[in-house]
This record gives sequence, structure tokens and C-alpha cells, in this order.
Amino acid sequence: MKATIKERLGQIDREHLRRRLGRGVTGFLLGLLKAVILIGISYIILGPLISMLSSSFFTPADLKNPVVVLFPIEGTLGNYTQVIHTMQYPKTLLSTVIYVSALTFIQVIMCSMAGYGFARFNFPFKKLLFACVVLTIVLPADTLMLPWYMEFRDFDVLGILHLIRGSGVNLLTSPIPIYIMTTLCCGLRSGLFVYIFNQFFRGLPKEIEEAALMDGAGAFRTYFGIMLVNAMPAVLTVSIFSLVWQYNDTFYAQLFGVPTNLLMSRRIATVQETIGNSLNILDTAVTQLYLYAAVILMLVPVVIMYCVMQRRFVEGVERSGLVG
Amino acid sequence: MKKQRRRMSLSRRRSVTGFVFITPWLIGFLWFYGKGAIQAVLFSLSTMTMKQSGGYQLDFAGLDNFKYVFLQHATFNQTLVSSLMNMLIDVPLIIFFSLFMALILNSKFKGRAVIRAILFLPIIMSSGAIRDSIAMAQQTIMGGVAAVSSEAAASESGVNVQYLMNMLMNLGFPATLSEYLIAAVGRIFDIVQASGIQIIIFLAALQSVPGNLYEVAQIEGATPYETFWKVTFPMVSPHIVTNVVYTIVDKFMNSDIIDVAYDMAFSSYNWSVSVAMSLISSFAVCIILFVITKAISKFVFYYN
Repeated sequence: MKATIKERLGQIDREHLRRRLGRGVTGFLLGLLKAVILIGISYIILGPLISMLSSSFFTPADLKNPVVVLFPIEGTLGNYTQVIHTMQYPKTLLSTVIYVSALTFIQVIMCSMAGYGFARFNFPFKKLLFACVVLTIVLPADTLMLPWYMEFRDFDVLGILHLIRGSGVNLLTSPIPIYIMTTLCCGLRSGLFVYIFNQFFRGLPKEIEEAALMDGAGAFRTYFGIMLVNAMPAVLTVSIFSLVWQYNDTFYAQLFGVPTNLLMSRRIATVQETIGNSLNILDTAVTQLYLYAAVILMLVPVVIMYCVMQRRFVEGVERSGLVG
Repeated sequence: MKKQRRRMSLSRRRSVTGFVFITPWLIGFLWFYGKGAIQAVLFSLSTMTMKQSGGYQLDFAGLDNFKYVFLQHATFNQTLVSSLMNMLIDVPLIIFFSLFMALILNSKFKGRAVIRAILFLPIIMSSGAIRDSIAMAQQTIMGGVAAVSSEAAASESGVNVQYLMNMLMNLGFPATLSEYLIAAVGRIFDIVQASGIQIIIFLAALQSVPGNLYEVAQIEGATPYETFWKVTFPMVSPHIVTNVVYTIVDKFMNSDIIDVAYDMAFSSYNWSVSVAMSLISSFAVCIILFVITKAISKFVFYYN
């Protein structure tokens, strides 16, 4: 009897060991597969960028030298100093950062409010209105370019200005139209952000908000104090998208004629031409080196911002993990 | 009786509050989109002539523009159909790929922050000012000898597709499926480039799943496979809808049909036909979105 128990125990032990060993092997293989996939995909993304980065250090001689592949022989930082000078990099970056962060802040607040309204309340025509949100996502902005342009060339609110001054105000060549449109959830991809917030708020359990309402908090206090905190992943996601798209936007900036020296996205569109003309370089392959330097300089702030926000991402989530 | 009236007033109050929350959006919609859309419809129903003084004149033309677009324009119908088809083909690939990537990125491993930053790069690179300026620079330089050599290099380094096809056929794969898969492998670059946003949305969705659900699943003895289908997938499902909507719209915005309409406006200076084209294609996309979201939402889990 004793022997059989011992035997049985030994058997269980061996089985356990074998299973653990098996798990170790599969775990290792899975990890390997994961690494291969991640490295492959990173390569797909980084490939063009690496060649751009190395080109941005080339001198014209390096460019023409067939021996040079990735690492320049002469190498120079001249492209960067020239681009920083031409784009007035620090100044432009500062004004861009202020402009973009203001727009992002407005966009997150306004779109999250609209998304919350659609997600958690019932009111007449809700489905129809939400279909309108989808319509604003789908309708190409090109189609509405002309009406918007006309609207802001002769800007007026319900005919009040026409009554007082006899004519509207021309708001073009300033960023004011963009601020107005963003505040009213019609800015760059605002419809999409309303949609994203709507989906996130619908995914939050109802109990959170009911508890707050029971305690006598008003709708707006519940919203800012509780719902927005719980939707932190959504807030961060939308902030990141909004920041990147506003930073990179040319459509609205061109349509309303925002001054070139204010925005990075406007600067980068002209930098190649400007340097080519001012330094008298006719070869576009050479002026392209400057453009690559400019692209790298434009990328760096966004990537740093993303890395900082991404760390918050995890923290925010761990905090919101307490509820639910 | 009294109780019921109070509840009515509460739900009434809730609906008013909800309306207050969406008011800014509603004003903006009516002001910019409503007014703009009415004007756009008017444009599409008339012929527009630019005046020397800078304004424009509209002459009502009925459905002439639409007739022209459908019956006379050389490429519109074809381009519309092919754009929509491309869109529908890519959507499932992008959704699967981005969900898969988000799941990988959500697990713990060394260098996760770096990989996340790398996967974020396409979002910046493939939109707006940076993409446009690089595309313009390469347009001026590509062509002539450079184009020929790069094309030759591409054809040489490509995978032997025919061989792979034969192999899959011999393994008993249906021909259409293997063609689809091979086409997907060929477009992997585009798919990775187009999945940045979706990955981040899924990642945020995965991270907002309450941790206690996983604890419960573990205590109940669920396998990782079961945990995925019973916990992760339902919790992420609302965002599958978001991503499908985004992917369709994004594909639509970058499709050839938009270029056709854009050229009509800015090369042929025929604004009203261009607007008619945009309206037709937007309408088609709206219908597709409606059908697909309706079909998916059966499988979506919401708290309320």
C-alpha cells in the first residue's frame, strides 16, 4: 500500500515536471516568435526613417559617392544648422507648441463632453444626431472648404455684427477660425474624437456615476470629477491623436491662411524651396538632404512627447483600475 | 402615482442635461456642417461660374452634374468601385493585425516602451505636412534612371509569389483564400503603416479592462484562451467598432476617388461636378458604414 502511494506520488511528480518543462519550451518558442514579429515590424517602420536619418548627415560629396551607403564618409551637421536657421526652429517650435496644446486641450474637453452626452443620456432624436456625428467623420473636408472659407471671410454671429457695423469681420490669415471651429467640435477630426469618447464612456460601468449622483454631485461635477478621471485611457489616446494631427495639419492652416512663421507644418512645406533658393542649389537631390534634416527635427519633439505621455498612460490605467 | 411623476421628471431632467452636454457640438454641426452641406448640395445641383470680382454665380442645372458623373465621366464609376473594394479588403486585415499587435504590446517584455514608440511613428510619418513634403521631394527626384533602377531592384528582391501559390494550393488551401493571404503579405508595409491609430485605440481599450475581471477568471480556473474570449474580447469589442469606422474612413480619405474629385475641382476647375462626386462617394461610404456597424454591433458588449 505504502509503495503504491509512493509510486503514484513519483508519477505525479514526473508528470508535473514534464508539464512544466513543456510549458517552458512553448513559452520560449512563443517569446521567440514574438521577438521575431516585433523586430520585423519595427524594421518595416524604421527602414525608411533610418535612411532618412543617415542622409540628413550627408554632404553633397557623400551623396554622389557610390561607396557611401548608410554611414557618411565626410559627414556634416551643416544641414541641421542651416535648417534650424531657416525655419527659426526654436521660435517656430515654441509658437507651434502653444498653438497645438491649446487646440488639443479645447478639443479634448469639448469632444469628451459631446461623447459623454451621447453615451449616457437619452434625449429625443439621439440616434439621428449620432448619425450626424458619423456624417461629419465621413464627409471629406474638401467638399466643405469653400463654404467654410466664405463663412470666415465675412464672419458674423446671427447677423449681429451686420446690424452694428454693416459688415462682418474678416478672420482669415489668423488662427481664430480654427479655435472657433475646434470649440464647436468641428475642428480637425473632431467627429472621430466624439465617436471614440462615446465608445469609451459606454464601456464604463454605470455604478460609478450612479454613486456620485446619489451623493448629490451635479451632472457637471460628476462628469469632470469622476467620469473623465475614469476615462483616462481615452483622454490620453485622444490627446495624443489630437496633438499629432494638429501638429502635422496643413489643411486648416492653409485654408484659413495661418501665417507661415507661426507653424512648423507650414514651415516644413516650404523649407526645401527656401534653402534651395537662398543658397542657390539647383540639384533637388541636395536640397532633399536639408528636407530630411527638417523632418527629423520635426519628428523629435512629437516622439519625446509621446514617450512622456505613454508613461502616464500606464500610471493612469493603474489608478483607474481601482474602480470598476 | 406621485412616485411615477417624480421618476418622469428625473428622466426628463437627465435628457435636458444630456442635451446641454452636446449643445456645443450641435451648434457647430448646424453652423459649419449643416450650412456647408446645404451649400454643397446647392453647388452640386447647379453650374458655377467664377466672376472676375472674386465671387461666383450659380445657375440651377438640376441633376445634370450627377448625370455627367455617372454617365459621361471616364473613370469615376470604376474608381469608385475599386476604391470601395480595396477598402473592404483591407479592413479585416488591419483590424486583426492591430488587435494582435495591441495584445503583444500589452504583455510585459523588455523594451516595450521602445517598441511602442516605434509603432507610433507611422502615425506622424503618414499624415499631413511630413508625408506631403517627403512625397513632393521624392516626386522631383524619382523618374528617369532612378525610377528604372529602383523598380528593377524591387522586382528582384520580391518573394517568389508563384512558388508560394503553388505550395499553398498543394496543401489544399482554397485558391481565393491563398490569393488573399499572399496579397496581404505583399501589402504588409501598407498595412503596418495604416494600423498605428488602431493599435493605440486597442491598447487603450485593453488597459481600461478592470483588473479584477482577470482575477476572477483566474480563480475560476479559466485557461488563457477562455480568458481571452470571455473577458478580453467582449471588453474590447466596442473599440472594434471604433476601429472599423476609423479604418473605413481613413481608407476612403486616402483612396483614388478623393483624388478624382480633387482634380475635378483644382485641375479642371469644375467645382460643382467635384462636389457632386464627393457627395456620391460619401453617401456610398455612409451606407457601407451603416451596414457594417449594424452587423458587428450584434456581437458588441455594452454595460447599458
